[in-house]
Amino acid sequence: MASHSESIIREPLITGENITYAQITNDVLRPVENMPGKAWWIGFTVASLGACLWVFAISYTFWNGLGAWGLNKTVGWAWDITGFVWWVGIGHAGTLISAILLLFRQNWRNSINRSAEAMTIFAVICAATYILAHMGRPWMALFSLPIPNQYGSLWVNFNSPLIWDVFAISTYFSVSLVFWYTGLLPDLATIRDRATGIRQKIYSVLSFGWTGSVKTWQRFETVCLILAGISTPLVLSVHTIVSMDFATSLEPGWHTTIFPPYFVAGAIFSGFAMVQTLLLVTRKVLGLENYITMFHIEAMNKIILLTGSIVGVAYLTEFFIAYYSAGEYEQYTFLNRFIGPYWWAGCMMYGCNVLMTQLMWFKKIRTNIPISWVLSIVVNIGMWFERFVIIVVSLHRDFVPSSWAMFYPTWVDVSVFIGSIGLFFTMFLLFIRVLPSIAMAEVKLILKSSSEQAKKKLIAHGGLDSEQVDFYKDALTSFDSVNIKDYKKA
Amino acid sequence: MSTTKYILGLFADPDELMHGIDTLQKNSVPIYDVYTPMPIHGIEKKLGIKDSRLGYAAFMFGCLGGTTIFSMAYFMLVQDWPMNIGGKPAFAVPDFVPITFEWTVLFTAFGMVLTFFYATHLFPGRTPRVMELRATDDRFVIAIDAKGNIPHEDITNLLKEAGAVEVKHNDRKYVSYE
Repeated sequence: MASHSESIIREPLITGENITYAQITNDVLRPVENMPGKAWWIGFTVASLGACLWVFAISYTFWNGLGAWGLNKTVGWAWDITGFVWWVGIGHAGTLISAILLLFRQNWRNSINRSAEAMTIFAVICAATYILAHMGRPWMALFSLPIPNQYGSLWVNFNSPLIWDVFAISTYFSVSLVFWYTGLLPDLATIRDRATGIRQKIYSVLSFGWTGSVKTWQRFETVCLILAGISTPLVLSVHTIVSMDFATSLEPGWHTTIFPPYFVAGAIFSGFAMVQTLLLVTRKVLGLENYITMFHIEAMNKIILLTGSIVGVAYLTEFFIAYYSAGEYEQYTFLNRFIGPYWWAGCMMYGCNVLMTQLMWFKKIRTNIPISWVLSIVVNIGMWFERFVIIVVSLHRDFVPSSWAMFYPTWVDVSVFIGSIGLFFTMFLLFIRVLPSIAMAEVKLILKSSSEQAKKKLIAHGGLDSEQVDFYKDALTSFDSVNIKDYKKA
Repeated sequence: MSTTKYILGLFADPDELMHGIDTLQKNSVPIYDVYTPMPIHGIEKKLGIKDSRLGYAAFMFGCLGGTTIFSMAYFMLVQDWPMNIGGKPAFAVPDFVPITFEWTVLFTAFGMVLTFFYATHLFPGRTPRVMELRATDDRFVIAIDAKGNIPHEDITNLLKEAGAVEVKHNDRKYVSYE
């Protein structure tokens, strides 16, 4: 049944008075059905300028070859693979939220899964462009596919982690896209049935003729559950395989068996940070404070704290194993992160990822929106430096001191990176303009059980443990979308 | 003779909708279909709708995907062009695990979703067969085939009693063709 009353000690997932099913539709579709405001236009202008810079820098790379980047014989992978791993990592939160949290029946995922999944798709697009770009000759990407060719056929080498990566990233992207779009169908039908004219025609094509009949919903739920079931190991496999690109090599600093879980935790860590960065702004600009509440923000901060601490443990383990292995090259690599010429990158990595996230132990910080926003950006900077340290700092001083070198990025390196951020935000801003940024059908599902008004009714109905009610009211004090005065008199 | 083709009972609340279904079934009024803006759990049991068999399809597609890529890898690296990589065996099964897993997932996802679209007649550009426009927004709609189910007034009263906020007598089956 749709309405079973939830325990009072659970914080509400939808706040606000008189939220009806119609109100949810109106609130979520406001940015889709109206012209965007000034904030959107400013953001879109800046982001699309960034995207133009990306197009220019990538074209320049393809025209002139990889010599346009700052790579040298010692550091053969630098900002390209750093950017790739960074973006793939960011792309992990969406599927984690939509798949793993679905399996664990975490209802708070319902109002953030749509935008997080969209973010995943855009981040993986950015990552994939790096893979194509770092080939220098993008048409050579064809040789990473298992298709017949005129050299024999000379097949791809399935023993290579780089080929596993091709399979992992392409599967991850296409399965995420299917999961996201299937979930969008009911909401697209909602837009269609409210629209007129050309908009109705467009959304009619996009909604595949969705009607919301019983059988359709039944199949839809089966599909979502199975997709969640298969996406859960998929999302864990993707970053595992990305880490194997490094871990299966013999390079000190890369040749580490702890890499798969360490990378997966880091990916979820940075992914949630990016979701936090985007949603804290989105909820304010689009006026969605009632659906993305303080509970959601705090829950995400808790996950950032957990995964950040796992990453911290992984860092310590790496140092211990380097010492314990008694391998001098291994030991030097890790010492070099602090005493070498890139000491500042090492400090950024350990400082941003481990020290700063430990602040999240304090509830005051977890529930403070400006601080959470700043910390989420700090995490993303830290995670970029983590990949930079692993890739460039491990490479730049190899076994033979005569070939030691530094890496200096050219303007093309910098432009591709800044441009990819512009590309990402352009796609995200277009998404919140034309598609519902919150899964309406799924939020409607929890309205009767987990909303603030349902809890108010429970309190008014009486018969509850007064200690639990006080606990609930205390929890509400941190909510910015709840009028706490309503509760004082009650 | 009335021109009514379908009678629609519009409910504002899923629990009242369930109550409406019970009332109609108690009075032996057959229900054509129910349209809701969100999935209602337990409704398919009430309406006697069988479990979805998409899970079996998904399993089959998964097996197909895993077998396909494993056979491809076997043919390419063992049969057609075995490479000597440090004298290690060409048939390196552990190395084939990641790609086998990925294609199992890939085929499961695409196979199952395409089966879902095929079985439910969903495809881009399909004319939506919508009986009530608010059924995707905030109304929970029970549709009753009016032909043979008379008198219509009785059905209307039953729906109203069960808590319907509005009862519509539609002369056309779908409102979305205009």
